[in-house]
Amino acid sequence: MSQQVEADVSTGHYLRDKYAIVGVGETTYTRGSGRTTRALGTWAIRNAMQDAGMQPSDIDGMLSYSNNDSTPSPMLAGDLGIRLNFYMDVYGGGSSTEALIGIAIGVIEAGMCKTVAIFRAMNGFSQVRIGGTGARAAAPVSGDGLHARTYGWMSAGQSFSQSFMRHMYDYGTTPEQLAMVKVIHSEHASNNPKAYYKDRVSVDDVLNSRFIVKPLHLLDCCVETDNATCIIITSADRAYDWKHTPARILSVVGRCCKPRIDMHYQHGPISTVAGHYAKDILFPNAGLGPEDIDMTGAYDAFTFTTMLQLEDYGFCAKGEGGQYVSDGTMRLGGRRPNNTSGGHLCEGYTHGMNMVIENVRQLRGEIDDSCPETGDGKRTHTYDYSTPGGCRQAKDVNVTANLGWAMPGTGSAMIMRKG
Amino acid sequence: MSLTGEYLGMPLAVDDLDLENLEYFRACGRGEFRLQRCKNCGLLRYPPGTACPWCTNLEFDWTPVEGKGTVHSYGEVHQAIQPSFRAHTPYQVLLVDLDTQKGQPSPDEAIRVIGNLVTPDGELAPPELVKRCGIGSHVRMILVPVGEGFAIPQWTLDEDAEQPEPWRYPQE
Repeated sequence: MSQQVEADVSTGHYLRDKYAIVGVGETTYTRGSGRTTRALGTWAIRNAMQDAGMQPSDIDGMLSYSNNDSTPSPMLAGDLGIRLNFYMDVYGGGSSTEALIGIAIGVIEAGMCKTVAIFRAMNGFSQVRIGGTGARAAAPVSGDGLHARTYGWMSAGQSFSQSFMRHMYDYGTTPEQLAMVKVIHSEHASNNPKAYYKDRVSVDDVLNSRFIVKPLHLLDCCVETDNATCIIITSADRAYDWKHTPARILSVVGRCCKPRIDMHYQHGPISTVAGHYAKDILFPNAGLGPEDIDMTGAYDAFTFTTMLQLEDYGFCAKGEGGQYVSDGTMRLGGRRPNNTSGGHLCEGYTHGMNMVIENVRQLRGEIDDSCPETGDGKRTHTYDYSTPGGCRQAKDVNVTANLGWAMPGTGSAMIMRKG
Repeated sequence: MSLTGEYLGMPLAVDDLDLENLEYFRACGRGEFRLQRCKNCGLLRYPPGTACPWCTNLEFDWTPVEGKGTVHSYGEVHQAIQPSFRAHTPYQVLLVDLDTQKGQPSPDEAIRVIGNLVTPDGELAPPELVKRCGIGSHVRMILVPVGEGFAIPQWTLDEDAEQPEPWRYPQE
């Protein structure tokens, strides 16, 4: 695959800083919403519109992603009285958020519409289980699945386990180091009133939870929840018309892949993931490096996915991911907090969008924790993260990176700055 | 003509337009492990595909390949998702580097063939056998019949090879 053509990162600079996220919103995170994905999606989009202070006439584009487990844009636009100049509903799960933000920028740049609402609505627990259980697990096997499901190799955890295991073999990464990802994200979630799991857990709690697929214990795996999430993108010249400080977008990468993506294990090292390639688009287009990033949102479908991405995007040396995720760097109050909402491991599973929403709120300095409100919807943040129910706002957040994961061979990413 | 079969109670089907998979699994059904060899660059590929990933050539021959290799990595399923596997946990999903074409065309590449660890009789391995297999284990292929003229590749520990102490996940 030496003939692999590299992305030309020399021409994208003119879009750096020219687009922004101006509204974010979500539903509650539950297991058993009792509502359709149409109702959940409408609720989340409306919350994002209210967050920005927008009327239906202020939105004219819509994008969504799903695994055929959602409701398409036209139904939700109709419910909310939004007349669309553009919409598209694409197939996909993890890593779609950042990719669709890139598409929204392109669509606005092309003059096709002015402001795009991107949503993900899913009953990931009560309808189409993200773990793949239910009807899909019992369906007949054919096509490409003959080389996978035939062998009981189907769910995300099962299909990624060979990458995770090989990283431990290649670099001596330990179960205890990985467990710290869950420990730290659970601390963050304990300061997040929205989180589905708010209890802090210990390394022993993780290691003593039952095995799902080695090397994954139950607590190495994310939660499955019912929820919808929404972010609203517009151009920088319109970004200051709304209620909050915009989060300006410096660069995006969408579904960047390793070679042989039909079956990426053919091309090693298998303990290297798509971030190894994506970083060479993400950082040059932003004009920044990993050392410039104050906060990360490294997708935590599993404890391992956070570690593998932080490592391959260059936040530490190759092979030192286990050390990075366990030494306190990514804890609130540490050098570079990760997933301050608790992420997919604790807050709820949204295929990545809640991690972007969290970083937008962190950049605004307006995280929705339990600190005392001052009356105008703002809070006096204490920056005391030590006890559950405390502060979740990090100090001096100016630049964030989101690292979205689809699978070891595919990832997306985005860098934002405080507008 | 399409192929149909059943494995552990799971219906398997190869569509009649899926020519590459049809030929692959038919060869398995005859007791032969065959892979596509590109007529231009001579490289073997897996899984079956419609063009050569190294030179884009569409022409190939089905070439017999020795079913021997080394475990590159594995997952060990303790909670099955598919109903067919629930009675068989823990089961291993092995990613095996074939001895043939290992390290070609670049050092990090190999033909990595997926399969479960099975007994020499082709049954999914019992827990005591699973504990003997890990990264570095030498394995040989067993073709397990799943229907008329239809078999699937599986892996068993190679009794004739000198086995190293395999690397296994530290917590048993």
